[in-house]
Amino acid sequence: MSDILLETRGLAVRFPGRHGEIARAVDGVDLVVRRGEVLALVGESGCGKTTLARTIMGLERPAEGEVVYEGEPIRYDAGFLRPYRGKVQMVFQDPLGALNPRQTVYEAVAEGLRIQKLPGDEAMRVADALARAGLRPPGRFLRLYPYELSGGQRQRVVIAGAMVLNPTLLVADEPVSSLDASVRGEILKLMLELVRDAGVTILVVTHDLGLAWNIADRIAVMYLGRIVEEGPAEELLSHPRHPYTRALLSVVPEVEEMEQQILQGEAPDPTRIPSGCRFHPRCPLVASGEAARLGIEERCRYDDLALHDVAPEHRAACHAL
Amino acid sequence: MSQPLLSVRDLHVTYRSEAGPVPAVRGVSFDLAPSETFGLAGESGCGKSTIAGALLKVLPPGTDVTGEVLLDGEDVLQMTPGRLRAVRWTEMSIVFQGALHALNPVQRVGNQIAEAIEVHRTAPDAGARVAELLEVVGLPARRASDYPHQLSGGQRQRILIALALACNPRILIADEPTTALDVMVQAQVLELLERLQRELALSMIFITHDLSTLSYVCRRTAVMYAGRIVEEGLADEVFARPKHPYTAALAAAFPLIGDHAHRMKPSGLGGDPPDPRDIPSGCPFHPRCPIALAECTSAEIELWPTGEGRNAACVRVLDEARR
Repeated sequence: MSDILLETRGLAVRFPGRHGEIARAVDGVDLVVRRGEVLALVGESGCGKTTLARTIMGLERPAEGEVVYEGEPIRYDAGFLRPYRGKVQMVFQDPLGALNPRQTVYEAVAEGLRIQKLPGDEAMRVADALARAGLRPPGRFLRLYPYELSGGQRQRVVIAGAMVLNPTLLVADEPVSSLDASVRGEILKLMLELVRDAGVTILVVTHDLGLAWNIADRIAVMYLGRIVEEGPAEELLSHPRHPYTRALLSVVPEVEEMEQQILQGEAPDPTRIPSGCRFHPRCPLVASGEAARLGIEERCRYDDLALHDVAPEHRAACHAL
Repeated sequence: MSQPLLSVRDLHVTYRSEAGPVPAVRGVSFDLAPSETFGLAGESGCGKSTIAGALLKVLPPGTDVTGEVLLDGEDVLQMTPGRLRAVRWTEMSIVFQGALHALNPVQRVGNQIAEAIEVHRTAPDAGARVAELLEVVGLPARRASDYPHQLSGGQRQRILIALALACNPRILIADEPTTALDVMVQAQVLELLERLQRELALSMIFITHDLSTLSYVCRRTAVMYAGRIVEEGLADEVFARPKHPYTAALAAAFPLIGDHAHRMKPSGLGGDPPDPRDIPSGCPFHPRCPIALAECTSAEIELWPTGEGRNAACVRVLDEARR
């Protein structure tokens, strides 16, 4: 069995913009998800990370490239997608929005089983999934409605709804961003337990580098539709190489002893991706004249580039490296 | 410490609801010195935003508020409606969380700021003052003619800060001003608030659930749980060496990147923050406390001193002092 569970090859996803222009939300992504790992896909809002996650789920169709699951490109017919969405489960952010307010916990968790028409004892599977998600004893929760649960309990119900299908891959989009600080660690602990005990693989989409330090084996940093740096979590967070990753880390309050590099402006517009390195208009190396001193400024402005090795298992896309 | 600009004394706030009274704030006291930034930390339902509302008396009608909020010695809670309206803009103003809902969606942002200036007649030429304010918060003057939806989240937050500054207040209350923003935009807004605080000699009350942000922005801070302050002191000290187990749990929830004690070891607390309608007996934290003693279920808990300028509401602090 290959250690690669899922990968994207040259993946591009485009949307029509408001004024007829094209938004290149995902713009050439090769991402590998290894069996049994926690991979954090990190970036700011608008960088394309949620679109990439949805495309991996088969919820968006790529304009170019493909999503390959266990060696086989995914197809977009119901015959393929239904079983696929049993094996690859998404945990959405905002657990209140993800749960139907008129469904009990039991119905919410059983829904996936019914859609997948899985055989076996439904009640037992639901109870087992709730227990695995930390809602114990499950009997206490079965008849409750979402409004009767706390934020942390709701997130556990959403996770139970995914786990009831015994997925191989969980795609979790900002799983703790709407939770209280004291509850957040419990949900992260649960995610690690699922990897260790249930053998699930997790792709976690987040803007939160502290979360990555807490649970990720590897990190991929996304900027304007592309992965600009990827590597083992510890190596990447201790030795960030791409200027964007460095800036991002420098403003995280949980990082000490790093001079702040506050990038001006907001994440740029995917309908107007700059030429050359897409980060160059905000890049501190270009702005400070460092790129010119290194004699690479022309390339920064005009030559697009791919990820290249900067250390073992660690790759980045920067002309200065 | 110099004479406090604002002094909150034994503040209690109880909301009315169909299900009965909801005690959201249960006896909170703190001082704010001139040009100081004071932090209020805590999770949802701990009462921190209710305090912001009480300071400016902008709580739902029928809410029961007792205690004192002394602004230069004058009690805000006893002010006449007219005096209060003036104080709300020219003495104390507030930057709310959720920048989209705090602005009128069908009015140009410049007009919203100008309106505040005209009502209080704090500047002869409102238009010029709007342009000046936009510059202060780092936006081009032409943004004045935009509607809120034409601005990004970070720009809207800047507009709200400009609005709060419109009538030159001395105290700015920032209620989760960066919560919904991306990290880079958060850093921009924090940098702006820090600069304004310095240049305008503002005093600031900074409310957030994010402890790491507070240790970066504030000199002193208080941590709230279930409507009370459970720990207070210098912000750096409180988070680096927490005395209260709740503070310790909060501090651990946002680990320092690079700290190997937390690598692959997320830590949190079991259970959830208590419902204000159903606050546990004794120390309200005891059901979730990893080091609770038998006496914690019934003990009277108050803030006890634990070192210079430090107080914590935990019986273990008392034990330590007795030893």
